[in-house]
Amino acid sequence: MRSRLANIDFIGVFLWVIRAAIIVAVVWGTTATILNNTYTTRQWTDFLVFGVAQGSMYALIAIGYTLVYGVLFMINFAHGEFFMSGIFTATVFLALPMDNAGWLDRNPLLGLLIIAVVSMVISVVIAVVTERIAYRHLRTAPRLVPLITAIGASFFWQNLYRGLLGGEQKPFPQLEVLTGTIPMLGTEIQKVHIVVIIVTIIMLIGLNFFIIRTKTGKAIRSVAEDKEVAALMGIDVDRTITITFITGAAMAGIAGVLYAMVYRQVHFFMGFIPGIKAFTAAVLGGIGSIPGAAIGGLFLGMFESVGPSLFLKGLGIPAFNQLKDVIAFTMLVLVLIFRPQGILGEPLAEKKA
Amino acid sequence: MAMLELNNVHAFYGNIHALKGISIEVNEGEIVTLIGANGAGKSTTLKTISGLLKPRTGSITFEGEDLTIFPAHDIVYKGIALVPEGRGVFAKLTVIENLDMGAFSRTDREGIAADLDRVMTLFPRLEERRKQIAGTLSGGEQQMLATARALMAHPRLLLMDEPSMGLAPVLVESVFETIQEINQEGTTVLLVEQNAHMALQVADRGYVLQTGEIVLKDTAKGLRDNEEVQKAYLGME
Repeated sequence: MRSRLANIDFIGVFLWVIRAAIIVAVVWGTTATILNNTYTTRQWTDFLVFGVAQGSMYALIAIGYTLVYGVLFMINFAHGEFFMSGIFTATVFLALPMDNAGWLDRNPLLGLLIIAVVSMVISVVIAVVTERIAYRHLRTAPRLVPLITAIGASFFWQNLYRGLLGGEQKPFPQLEVLTGTIPMLGTEIQKVHIVVIIVTIIMLIGLNFFIIRTKTGKAIRSVAEDKEVAALMGIDVDRTITITFITGAAMAGIAGVLYAMVYRQVHFFMGFIPGIKAFTAAVLGGIGSIPGAAIGGLFLGMFESVGPSLFLKGLGIPAFNQLKDVIAFTMLVLVLIFRPQGILGEPLAEKKA
Repeated sequence: MAMLELNNVHAFYGNIHALKGISIEVNEGEIVTLIGANGAGKSTTLKTISGLLKPRTGSITFEGEDLTIFPAHDIVYKGIALVPEGRGVFAKLTVIENLDMGAFSRTDREGIAADLDRVMTLFPRLEERRKQIAGTLSGGEQQMLATARALMAHPRLLLMDEPSMGLAPVLVESVFETIQEINQEGTTVLLVEQNAHMALQVADRGYVLQTGEIVLKDTAKGLRDNEEVQKAYLGME
């Protein structure tokens, strides 16, 4: 008994040491960077804007994780593939042929709209198929089973796409309308980043309206709370869960288009890192909470973008820009240790834990 | 023909034989009560009627239609609503959103508006708390909300599972008054209660359940006067 108590104390102290060390490192690095005057205000603004754009994409993807977790208490690790499948398909079968024919340059907005719609539809179809075939029968299975299945589904789609559409990077066409910068906030902001941020805002407002105001949105929230009682109201629980997957996948489909516009390439493995990052964002914001996913995404994007320059450079780390993933995942671990419920989440209930 | 008929219904939770051949009739306009101890199968009976649990054998018909072939979410469309045990309000939704969900099965806007007026008159407290998150309501208010939500489906048959559970005595009285009021407005009620005393005062007829079987059925007055019932359920010597 006594030795067990001693153990707990040791872990507690160890966690405090980690916490203190991180705070010291961040404060030290930040102070050093600022004192050395390494970056101009304009550069900081650039980092921040890029962070917001990157964070917007994380936010859109994170919505899917949080929605599905909300209704099924399941981490859908195949969500990154919903993101990849839409834009990968749309690029290979639409964007590239349209670009080669020169049509995309003449009708860039219409073209992008078509690409966006197709990307969304494909993401949705992949999500519905995955849910119907791989997840639905496992709804009453122990929680580890759907989790492993989701990882399996993720590999399945990655490799199916690799096999059918090829393993190499595909260029996403560069569009005249999205190229160039606009002077704003004392710097030059890339047009594509502005588009990303505006589209994200529109999508989030639309999502919010859908979840809060519409009958279907309320049904999703009811199912998230209590499936039996929801069924008593006449809500078809299976159908509502499918709609939840559709909503998340549509967001991911749009995020895919934004990603392709910013990075101008697509790849069968492109869903993995953004997927894991968005999952981190969802946990950061409080998984199950929709505003949490949006805030977590933005926060993670900004932190990743500003963080390396802000405190890693000050610490004298040579390749500090390579460490943004390290920062993101350090944050995931820290959140899980120190605040598992995230920024906006409620303390995890037994049944959800 | 009775409005609701259960005929020799057997139901299981896994391997546990929860209902062992239950036969119940509820006629239109009645209040019928099921009384019995904890674990006698009262709630299970209501779950079986509302489709949450499928009977292994036996039939359940409502207005002549077999209910057992329908999934739970179709039952409310037939005109049956359940006020679940422990109330089961959607704690994160507001009062008005809970009521909206009660009317999920309906599309007649005027009818829904009329029923909303009706439940708000029945439970003025809910009107005051319209925009409040249901999880922050008191137990009595949550019971009102659960009942109001079921009424929003405009059921012809209302199933109520332990509506008095966990409520202060003064609230219990008002719950049973409400049940009578709802019934007088034309809704048939099947009431499951541990508070046999109150239940037999408002009900027309009653059934006594014991370990999954019906051991007694009679008019409410007959049950009140029955010595066995008095001893076992009414706490009289």
